[in-house]
Amino acid sequence: MAVETPLKGNIGDSIRRKEDDRFIRGRGNYLDDIVLPGMLHMAIHRSPFAHARIKSINTEAASAVPGVIAVVTGALLAQHKLAWMPTLSGDTQAVLVTDKVRFQGQEVACVIATDPYVARDAAALIEVDYEVLPAVVSPQNALKPGAPLIRDEKEGQTNNHIYHWEAGDKAKTDEAFSKADRVVKLDTFYPRCHPSPLETCGIVADINSATGHATLYMTSQAPHAHRTLFAIVAGLPEQNIRIISPDIGGGFGNKVPIYPGYVVATAASLLIGKPVKWVEDRSENLISTGFARDFHMSGEMALSNEGRMLGLRVKLLSDNGAFYADAQPTKFKAGLFHIVTGSYDVAAAHVEADGAYTNKAPGGVAYRCSFRVTEASYLIERLVENAAIEMKMDPADIRLKNFIQPDQFPYKSATGFEYDSGNYPKAMQVALDKLGYQELRKEQAEKRKKGELMGIGVASFTEVVGAGPGKQYDIAGLRMFDSAELRVHPTGKAILKLGVKSQGQGHETTFAQIVTEELGIPAADVEVQEGDTDNTPYGLGTYASRSTPVGGAATAMVSRKLREKAKKIAAHLLEASEADIEFDHGKFFVRGSPSKSKTIQDVAFAAYTNLPDGMEAGLEGVTYYDPPNMTYPFGTYLVVVDIDRGTGQVKVRRMVAVDDCGVRINPMVVEGQIHGGLTEGFGIAFMQLITFDEEGNCLGSNFTDYLLPTAWETPRFEMGETVTPSPHHPIGAKGVGESATVGSPAAFVNAVIDAVGHLGITNIDMPVTSDKVWEALNKVGAAE
Amino acid sequence: MGHSITVTVNGEKKTAEVEPRLLLVHFLREKLRLTGTHIGCDTTHCGACTVLVEGTPVKSCTMLAVQADGQQVTTVEALAAGGTLHPIQAAFKQEHGLQCGFCTPGMMLTSIALLQEKPDPTEDDIRWALSGNICRCTGYMNIVKAVKSAAVQMKTAAATPEAATAAARS
Repeated sequence: MAVETPLKGNIGDSIRRKEDDRFIRGRGNYLDDIVLPGMLHMAIHRSPFAHARIKSINTEAASAVPGVIAVVTGALLAQHKLAWMPTLSGDTQAVLVTDKVRFQGQEVACVIATDPYVARDAAALIEVDYEVLPAVVSPQNALKPGAPLIRDEKEGQTNNHIYHWEAGDKAKTDEAFSKADRVVKLDTFYPRCHPSPLETCGIVADINSATGHATLYMTSQAPHAHRTLFAIVAGLPEQNIRIISPDIGGGFGNKVPIYPGYVVATAASLLIGKPVKWVEDRSENLISTGFARDFHMSGEMALSNEGRMLGLRVKLLSDNGAFYADAQPTKFKAGLFHIVTGSYDVAAAHVEADGAYTNKAPGGVAYRCSFRVTEASYLIERLVENAAIEMKMDPADIRLKNFIQPDQFPYKSATGFEYDSGNYPKAMQVALDKLGYQELRKEQAEKRKKGELMGIGVASFTEVVGAGPGKQYDIAGLRMFDSAELRVHPTGKAILKLGVKSQGQGHETTFAQIVTEELGIPAADVEVQEGDTDNTPYGLGTYASRSTPVGGAATAMVSRKLREKAKKIAAHLLEASEADIEFDHGKFFVRGSPSKSKTIQDVAFAAYTNLPDGMEAGLEGVTYYDPPNMTYPFGTYLVVVDIDRGTGQVKVRRMVAVDDCGVRINPMVVEGQIHGGLTEGFGIAFMQLITFDEEGNCLGSNFTDYLLPTAWETPRFEMGETVTPSPHHPIGAKGVGESATVGSPAAFVNAVIDAVGHLGITNIDMPVTSDKVWEALNKVGAAE
Repeated sequence: MGHSITVTVNGEKKTAEVEPRLLLVHFLREKLRLTGTHIGCDTTHCGACTVLVEGTPVKSCTMLAVQADGQQVTTVEALAAGGTLHPIQAAFKQEHGLQCGFCTPGMMLTSIALLQEKPDPTEDDIRWALSGNICRCTGYMNIVKAVKSAAVQMKTAAATPEAATAAARS
């Protein structure tokens, strides 16, 4: 049975995805599918302790296993100055341990063998003599005087403090609080979780010892930036490095950093002269690669008696693990957390953040989130919920009272953001109507009389996504622009090459649609290529919902650039003045006589066969787009829950999600992104937790302990939309990949608190598991 | 220490010398180069490695290749035999039941087994049947839609003789 797509693929057409044809046949090409002649396999020996000095490493038994080619230790890497590498946050991270291990699962030594089973056998035979040191597993303890010093190798580092960072106006905020009628406080912890894409991270490093060319197949969300970092770290000439990011089985931020395994496999290929593959297993993924969140937050909201928000004050303490490896713009130590005023017109706000080293895995990746926007959105939406409870206001009403109004855009926030566009009351109204909010409030009141617990959670989030502008936002010094190169061939078919990289978002379809809209070439005729640094223009990659805001804008701009040239060629073909040529959906015609026209395909052919005198041949171009501002997607999510007082079990009865991500390129793909994001938000709110015992043992190291939502638990979602275009984006789009993960955790938790707030329970930290709910109920005598 | 095994994979008899500890998923991926079967967790939770063994969905990361000796194994590569998509494949594309594609082969094979057992499943039947297959991208909404739609297609197909032959192939 063939799948037909009758639509041409203009913006707004839900055409079926081009990439699906290979995936449904099992013909994708993921990292682990790559096999090169003579390829060797790497396995990593990891530390069982969270904090321990290495006294000695004995690799004899491992080296003696038939099939083992080499055993790599930190000492060997140190000889090549590769034992340490820089992180994305300007810190350093051990590639392989030379002095002491600083988290459980840290990379100690690697085995390179002819067979993956043999590599693992041998890795288990490496004997390490450890002197176990006391582990520090909370940032509060890490900052106490006398706490064991984790980063003792860093010159000038005398304690476990990493950074102090502030945003907003402290004096103005203090003044707002001094005039407030009421102050609502909330201390909450956004726990550590892990993005856990279904495909883990990996590399096939292939360095040709004759030419010095390095071809690195990597699960990379940012292949160009990684090429530059490899050039700097490994000292390889950048023109000799080719990074190929093949099909990626989900990223969600996990595949933004460079991990020690990538570096060792590359070094091993260089030293041995053969390709080396390393693919981590799931436990390695969960215990050692980029975790997310782990943010302790204290928020205070100043209010008037009428429920107007006057000021917001936030103190943060981040647990960064053993190495400060947050993936975020250089100038922003707590990411974009200062978007914490959210959807509300708050005159004064101040954020103070500190970070601490602990004996836990490094990371702080933006898990389906634009650099800590998720934590910010969670805090403000939880605070508003608690303010509503304390002031006995309806949680929808208090939001409506405080929303930034449509006529206030562009809106300058108290912490310095300039919101591009929005209509928050409208999105909320669409959501309330869809849910039947007032009826459900009546039902809740009836149930409450009978002692039944039902809650309606509200969250009206605003995100900030799509970084640059490059002047303010950079990763490791690289400005956050992005790029698109478009080549239209003589037959009118095109190749679009991008600096971003899909991990399942559907770029091969949606970016082709931008070309369709701008040039009139059907999406089926536009081949989209990404991920190969030799064959795509430089870009910063896909994370923080930046592909459509930045790469999508670059695609529109390069299409327009080609359209200008095409217009000149069309004028030549139509024997008219260029000024008289008009363009409409793939056709050029002389103003006033649309019947006499040339198609974009005619023009493309002429670009190679019949040009005006003096014009360069070809119809190709490249654009590097540095956005003038970020984009601000928003929405309202509503959740209805029923809670069993006997077990504490929370059942999500309904969820309504109204998103406004500006113009939707492919509504089907947009909805798919939202479904997935809501599910991850549901998982974070109720299930997903990476935690540690007092000795620093990771208690979420496999999918038995780290729970992900399956089809059975996941709620059915009811979708709604409003469209408020971004005024500065060429096609008015804002980006949508992360909105739902950013906005939904607060909606789920608020629903629980809405059900139990009247009993005096004002907070339960995520994940909101049955036992926590039951204990909270029991404490106030409300459990059964 | 090698064991000689013969496994019928996608209708073809494959004989190989394997280590007794070799996992079925590695036999399929590494020895036969059928890379449509993926590895997501190593612990039987995620279902990315699901194949059909004698028509029953099995997580091939938790079965030894030697245990498959003498049995019939079906992988995703067999579904579009002859170039025509299986209704479940067409439905996954049509309903946008996949994003990164990594879980998709396992999801489709589990769905086929469900539909053979229950040609007219309820939403709860589908969600329960798929609860051993994790998807991190789609939130399952469109996967459920795809399975429902494939059920309708397969029932219609079964009603016509030439289509029944095609369906029987799966």
